[in-house]
Amino acid sequence: MDKNNLPQELFEPLEVEENTSEKISAPSRTFGQDARRTLFKNKTAMASLFVLIFIILLSLIGPKMNEYGYDDQDLSRAKMPPHVKALEGISWLGFDGTLSEKFEGKSVEDATRKAVMRFDNQEDFIDIQVLNEGVEGVGQAKVKATYRVYEAKDMQDTYFWLGTDNLGRDQWTRLWEGTQISLLIAVVAALIDLVIGVAYGGISAYYGGRLDNVMQRIIEILVGIPNLVIILLMVVILKPGILSIIIALTITGWIGMARLVRGEVLKLKGQEFVLAARTLGTANWKIILRHLMPNISGIIIINTMFTIPSAIFFEAFLSFIGLGLAPPAASLGTLINSGFDALRSYPYLLLYPAIIISVIMIAFNLLADGLRDAFDPKMHK
Amino acid sequence: MVRYILKRMMYMALTLFLIASVTFFLMKMLPGSPLKDTDDLTKAQEEMLLERYGLNDPISVQYAKYIGALVQGDLGTSFHFSNTPVTKIIKDRIGPSMQLGAQALVLGTILGIGLGLIAAVFHNGVWDYTSTTLAVLGISIPSFVFAGLLQWIFAVNLGWFPVALWGGFEYSILPTIALMIFPLATAARFTRTEMIEVLGSDFILTARAKGISEYAIVLKHGLRNALIPLITVIGPMAASLMTGTLVIEQIFAIPGLGEQFVMSVMVNDYPTIMGTTLLLAFLFIVIILVIDLLYGLIDPRIRVDGGKSS
Repeated sequence: MDKNNLPQELFEPLEVEENTSEKISAPSRTFGQDARRTLFKNKTAMASLFVLIFIILLSLIGPKMNEYGYDDQDLSRAKMPPHVKALEGISWLGFDGTLSEKFEGKSVEDATRKAVMRFDNQEDFIDIQVLNEGVEGVGQAKVKATYRVYEAKDMQDTYFWLGTDNLGRDQWTRLWEGTQISLLIAVVAALIDLVIGVAYGGISAYYGGRLDNVMQRIIEILVGIPNLVIILLMVVILKPGILSIIIALTITGWIGMARLVRGEVLKLKGQEFVLAARTLGTANWKIILRHLMPNISGIIIINTMFTIPSAIFFEAFLSFIGLGLAPPAASLGTLINSGFDALRSYPYLLLYPAIIISVIMIAFNLLADGLRDAFDPKMHK
Repeated sequence: MVRYILKRMMYMALTLFLIASVTFFLMKMLPGSPLKDTDDLTKAQEEMLLERYGLNDPISVQYAKYIGALVQGDLGTSFHFSNTPVTKIIKDRIGPSMQLGAQALVLGTILGIGLGLIAAVFHNGVWDYTSTTLAVLGISIPSFVFAGLLQWIFAVNLGWFPVALWGGFEYSILPTIALMIFPLATAARFTRTEMIEVLGSDFILTARAKGISEYAIVLKHGLRNALIPLITVIGPMAASLMTGTLVIEQIFAIPGLGEQFVMSVMVNDYPTIMGTTLLLAFLFIVIILVIDLLYGLIDPRIRVDGGKSS
């Protein structure tokens, strides 16, 4: 049929109806649906979310995946390198259960002797690879020694996936146990910050007047104190442990949230819908909870998501400088700290906790970025 | 303006007083005795030592003495480090920390601005993604992990730099890089966002219409305006540098203030802990004040003394 010459009878006049002319044809989306759509479309944020879920799951089931407990000490199996059954054939991956190190000496024999001494005098299980013959009498011979630890200890059938630490504790179990504790501290600290901050900021802004004035003066003084100083002091006086770290992190952590919430509530409380609610006789607490909170939920979520990685960092930082958890408890910070002590000879002890903490931090930051894009109305175009 | 500064100074003094008092009482609550090996001392010796350091006085008297001395700039005498005055310990130790902090701040900010600038000019291009990725990594990866990585690769394996300790300039290279990664990432992120906004504004369009070279537009008209808000992030940067020095000095065994602080905490050396804490707090507060004042000076649109916004 010729599109430009349509027969007249195919057309039907459209009746103008008063009640439908203003109808919105597309389904209307609420703010939450809109935010969710933006978030789901954000590939980086979604990838981060999946990585985080994966790590959280692993931290829960990881410690139970093998028979070793996080505090099973056994000095006879101390400092064993990573050993994974399926991957032991591929040497460059580092899961073949060997330790290798380079040694220098006056001659090849000298360097070899050093290597043998370093590796428990187990000459039969050390492969020597000469890197540099050196010059007669001058020295500088270099050999690379590979020590087959599991064979030397006659434990070929034992598999410590990520090796063991200096007390013979299974690093895999400790790693996930530590991740679990680090995440727990961070999430609890962030939630406490959220509750205190929202309550303080909300009350201060909603009631206003003299109460607001007093509450703001308090904040102004508190905000001048660097949180590092307070956190350090709190950890010093409290007994080391999960609880004291959480207290130290939350004692100043809520201030940022309180200021943010106060600003938003001040902006909202003068608007008509609040006035309408008040005119209808709605109770104050109900206005705060039902009318104001949903409107500032976006920034609250964003801020909390940024608090979690910074809490993870501070926990690791405290444990790292020796003010965190007391042994045998493990957190990512304590693992990294003990990894540093053995960096030269056993880098794998530092490597895996460092990777996990970095991945967690990156994922949380990216997810928070994605949430900010989704929840910040200014970003919607 | 003068009134505003005076008001801010008053708050500063109040905050410092509060920190001093809180630290004092917290220190008094600390478990453990400042005397090393109390078992080895006879009762009389212990009494004598406590008397000498004024630890036998009632808390209120100790507090009054402490605040009185503090006002005169006397931070007390260390219990632990062979009776050195705390001010002297700080003076001896502050050099490396300051050098590291300054190097990291200056270098990190300059490189960060450069990175952010490139990202904004080539918005949505390969350079943009590279620099954004670097910025996210820099903000996320904890400084001690990064420091460990640097130490392992460049000092232990390649042997290009000293592994630790403090000597000439080459000793400061790795710690500076580890310390500057946060300021760098923050500056890069911030410059990028601001630059993209500025480059999209009308006066840039006008400049383009006038036929000014792209170089002048980006550097003269764009960057100058984008950099003003960067001052506000110097505060968080300074805070991160303080946190950073504590761990970085530990990792690289640098005899600075951070290492001193951690050491003092371990041995219950109250005066040193209090002195260092106060110094950190004081530095932080002064930096924040200077930033606020500078901000008002540089950008006339912002009035610090006028109507308060939040």
